[in-house]
Amino acid sequence: MLDKSGTINVNGEPHRSPEDPRRSLLDFLREECGLTGTKKGCDHGQCGACTVIVGGLRINSCLTLAVMHEGDDVTTIEGLGTPDKPSPLQTAFHDHDGYQCGYCTPGQICSATAMLDEIANNWPSDASDDLGGAIEATDEEIRERMSGNLCRCGAYANIVKAIAEVAHTSNGGSAE
Amino acid sequence: MNAHLKQDEPVDDNFLDKTGQGEVGKPLSRVEGLDKVTGIVPYAAEYRLDNCAEGVLVQATITRGQVTRIDAEAALAMPGVITVIEDDRLCARAAQGTAGEAPQQAPRTICYWGQPIALVVAESFEQARDAAKTIRVEYREENGAPLDPTLVDAEEQGNETVNQGDFAKALSEAPHSVDLRITTEGHASAAMEPHAATADWDGDKLTVRAALQMLNFNISELADALGLDEKQVRILAPYVGGGFGSKLGVSQETVAASLAAMQLGRPVRVVMTRQQVFQTVMRRSETSQRLRLACDDEGKLTAFGHEALVSNLPGEGFAEPVLQSSHFLYAAPNRKLQLDVARVHRMTAGSVRAPGEAVGMPALEAAMDELAEKAGVDPVEFRLMNIPERDPEQDLPFSSHKLAECLEQGARAFGWARGERKPRQRLEGEWWIGTGVASAARVHNVGEAKARVTVRPDGTVCVQTDMTDIGTGTYTILAQIASEMLVVPVEDVLVELGDTEFPRGPGSGGSWGAASIGSAVFLACKELRSQIESKTGQPIKDASLGDALGGEELSCEGHYEPGDVKSDYTSSGFGAFFAEVRVNRFTGEVRVNRMLGAFGFGRVLNEKTARSQCIGGITWSIGVALTEALMFDPNDGHLVNCDLAEYHVPVNRDVPELEVIMVEERDPVASPIQAKGIGELGMCGGAAAIANAIYNACGARLYDYPMTPDRVIAVLD
Amino acid sequence: MKPFEYIRPDSLKHAAQLTSGENGTAIAGGTNLLDLMKLQVETPSRLIDLNRLGLKEIAEAEDGILRIGALVTNSEAAAHPRIRSDYPALARAILAGATQQLRNKATTGGNLCQRTRCYYFTNTDQPCNKRDPGSGCGAIKGVAKLHAVLGTSAQCIATYPGDMAVALSALDASVEILTEAGEQRVVPVRDFYLLPGDTPWRENVLAAGEIITAVTLPSPVGGTQIYRKVRERSSYAFALVSVAAIVSVEDGLFARADLAFGGLAHKPWHDPRLSDLLVGSAPSVELFDRAADLLLEDAQGFGENDFKIPLARRTLRAVLAEATGVDA
Repeated sequence: MLDKSGTINVNGEPHRSPEDPRRSLLDFLREECGLTGTKKGCDHGQCGACTVIVGGLRINSCLTLAVMHEGDDVTTIEGLGTPDKPSPLQTAFHDHDGYQCGYCTPGQICSATAMLDEIANNWPSDASDDLGGAIEATDEEIRERMSGNLCRCGAYANIVKAIAEVAHTSNGGSAE
Repeated sequence: MNAHLKQDEPVDDNFLDKTGQGEVGKPLSRVEGLDKVTGIVPYAAEYRLDNCAEGVLVQATITRGQVTRIDAEAALAMPGVITVIEDDRLCARAAQGTAGEAPQQAPRTICYWGQPIALVVAESFEQARDAAKTIRVEYREENGAPLDPTLVDAEEQGNETVNQGDFAKALSEAPHSVDLRITTEGHASAAMEPHAATADWDGDKLTVRAALQMLNFNISELADALGLDEKQVRILAPYVGGGFGSKLGVSQETVAASLAAMQLGRPVRVVMTRQQVFQTVMRRSETSQRLRLACDDEGKLTAFGHEALVSNLPGEGFAEPVLQSSHFLYAAPNRKLQLDVARVHRMTAGSVRAPGEAVGMPALEAAMDELAEKAGVDPVEFRLMNIPERDPEQDLPFSSHKLAECLEQGARAFGWARGERKPRQRLEGEWWIGTGVASAARVHNVGEAKARVTVRPDGTVCVQTDMTDIGTGTYTILAQIASEMLVVPVEDVLVELGDTEFPRGPGSGGSWGAASIGSAVFLACKELRSQIESKTGQPIKDASLGDALGGEELSCEGHYEPGDVKSDYTSSGFGAFFAEVRVNRFTGEVRVNRMLGAFGFGRVLNEKTARSQCIGGITWSIGVALTEALMFDPNDGHLVNCDLAEYHVPVNRDVPELEVIMVEERDPVASPIQAKGIGELGMCGGAAAIANAIYNACGARLYDYPMTPDRVIAVLD
Repeated sequence: MKPFEYIRPDSLKHAAQLTSGENGTAIAGGTNLLDLMKLQVETPSRLIDLNRLGLKEIAEAEDGILRIGALVTNSEAAAHPRIRSDYPALARAILAGATQQLRNKATTGGNLCQRTRCYYFTNTDQPCNKRDPGSGCGAIKGVAKLHAVLGTSAQCIATYPGDMAVALSALDASVEILTEAGEQRVVPVRDFYLLPGDTPWRENVLAAGEIITAVTLPSPVGGTQIYRKVRERSSYAFALVSVAAIVSVEDGLFARADLAFGGLAHKPWHDPRLSDLLVGSAPSVELFDRAADLLLEDAQGFGENDFKIPLARRTLRAVLAEATGVDA
């Protein structure tokens, strides 16, 4: 075993990993860390509401076991910003009404935060015309890359506007 | 202090236009928004109660029959398992919207595959989920339950039937007519928050945090189900993760959590799995519709026939009201409308966003497109020339009517080329490109609503009601109304929602929330305003609220009641959709390039959140047109595609840039604040604009929604 | 989810031994396995976590071969410069599957083992010969929209749902497998999967105690590479039909035409006769349709999925037209 720490770092705080190995990272965050900003929408990787950032990458926290993340750094919506100090994407979602009921919203914002880094790192997507060229944050790229986050209220058009605004400023998606 | 209005007359003083602050209508960002985007607002499953146990529902695996035995022995021996609840008060079905009484209970009588029959309670969710799988159920099965709505004798819904003039004669004599069979598949609400309840019983009073839309009705439903007095029940739902009809009535998890908490004397939480939400709550019925329309050479409708077959379980009063707007949308002297319900043993059918028009309008508006083409009339013109002066069936005036303006303004903004239209005119690479138009209509409803508005000694204002905000913007519009009326900054208005200890609102549903509860708040504020003005002897805008009250608190309960005006007018929101789509000439895939909706829905209370409601509706229109379909097994009736991987709600990439035009108007009949509903109008017909665009693009008419590749290639050359 | 023992082995060999034992299952990304464990479609009593055992490199091997470690994520593979430039059909196929969140977890080895999306397989209260041998097939007499039209059996009509392996099949990639005895064996992707036959629970040639360690791509073949996926929404949906094509035309004749199909069968469908038919002939719509005739001559629908037969034909025509510039 490479890591025997038994802890998972969530938003910079260590948390003891769960006793029951069946516990998903999602249920661990919600039930043991008290971080209910990460949502359970389907529990099967079909909606994206549980998206968190692990080691800089966005993943569905419902489809991974907490114990598999001992030693990992996990960032949740609560780690991105607060009402007093929201991240640029949180502010943009608010300004553009990129949400309605708010349930998919933390997952959307975690997803978008990591996505901007993926674009900056020139990772391609299904919407990229040229696999060899530089990737730009066009609306169609944003739409494809955000398609792993369902929004049933139907706020997609506003979500795209919010993300595009942040993508087109130099600041990027993370709170400083 | 009370302020009551039963609306027996139109209210045309347009008071909110005279108060002068300009707060109402402003595109204000949601007042609770920063809490939502930072993830700190709690939903029903997110309250941490000490010693809370976890429940998981057990479901039937037969279609019809009786449970003869539930063998829980193995489950009870598992680590952490506390009990298995088999109470007769468990609900077999969810309550229909506005039921106000317990839904079907008697869980041992099975009426559909997947029906909840018991609840396993354990210390942890993981333990309960596993234990629920070990429950062995024995049944006395009744075979032969009818499952196919087209194979049973349907019941006619008499109150929907219309026979005016000589329909058959008009149809046969008209120079142009269509006789079309158009179908729509079942839909799921699929709100992103699964149904959840956290119940706590203190020996005398039950407190339930639940995912519900209409607490004013839900409290009666829950108390009735449990055999409690309403005074012993408190429901809290300050934040609800979407509803779309699925949370109108109390559902199985809320009753189950409550019974478990009462039995165990400790808090119990029950969260449905996504599959359970799909299988047990509510489906929108599939429909089979017959459209028979005829017009004269100029394009004036002479015959209007719309008949529909829908389904539901035996014993359910709800029948998808497919014809709701067909009764008044277009003039035609000869009319035939009929709605039939087939009783089948599929899960309960109930309200899903815009019940009725969501599926009736796409059928009607597709038929209108085909008739316009036959008559050689531009489809925008065709609709314009058939707008009635008065409700054609009831001979009532319309409260307000912006269909013509919406068609005109929408056509202009979209760049609609009027005149002769031919399909298959534009091919770009593999894609045929085309455009389509459809009208929008959605009946306007209001409900009885109460809200308390309190001006505090420090001059801040508090609004309280059990009304919910399910993403609709209730928090924000109520703050704006109070701010406008009492001349305080919006930041100084605290809105508290979703608690049955507060005055009863109308609940969120049927697009009636904003107009109804907004009116209650308006009435309370108006009374407070006049009290304050008489106290200070000067206009409210010149006084500081705090000073005016001199350290006192002033409170008023606003009470709005729908009145006779409802039966004196036909009231509806109207609009128009324009869509440009592309159809892949090889694969039949359809994508929407752009879409525009123009809507008239009375006073706009918040330009930003109203627009969001519109784009949400248009997004659902795309789902109805292209992707969403429930599939039921032909042998046992179970819902086959019961998850979000296989039931295709639109994803971000399915939705292009959407343009919304709000056609401002004041509707004095709709409500004392001249506002109508907007939560549903955006999906009432939009699918037809897409269907009509598909035809214009590729020349193939499809009559079955959704228009998935399998269906498109079947008619594509 | 049944209780299980969670084990982090200290070596691959140890991992292989553990998976050969009683009901031991290896977990990598977990995006498919945990989904099925929650439903109790999969009920391992031991879960062997491979994640800290390396296998995360994409490396050049001899003769221009590219080796992708089994634990390389789908995202890393699709973003890799060599894969983007030399194997664009593979990059495209990966990017057409699932979502970025899932691709960030899903691994090369795990994705090869992805199980079917048949609704009767995932519903443990319905019959399924794959999940519960002998219980029957719910799909044959039920709803079969997703299901196979080629290579089905009376026992099972499920499809292989993935995209990556379809491109790997067209590219003639191979799977490197560590056996329980600690030896390596190599199986071409085209031979890795099994048809359902009378043993629908066997989906590939992996034996108990065997672990996928890598996928190897042959040296670059050039040509036009296409992965076309037809689906019911524009993203985040499984293929109705997909086509991977590696095509080159020289002097007006097909010089290469390696095709594989998704959504049609229990495995990525590769029919060598298509290449034989096409290579050496001049591209034309008529030829494309003859290829489709050959592909689909034994195709059989089950009602809801009948459309896959014309859809496969149409999609193949679109792909070959795009690849060759023939006006179809």
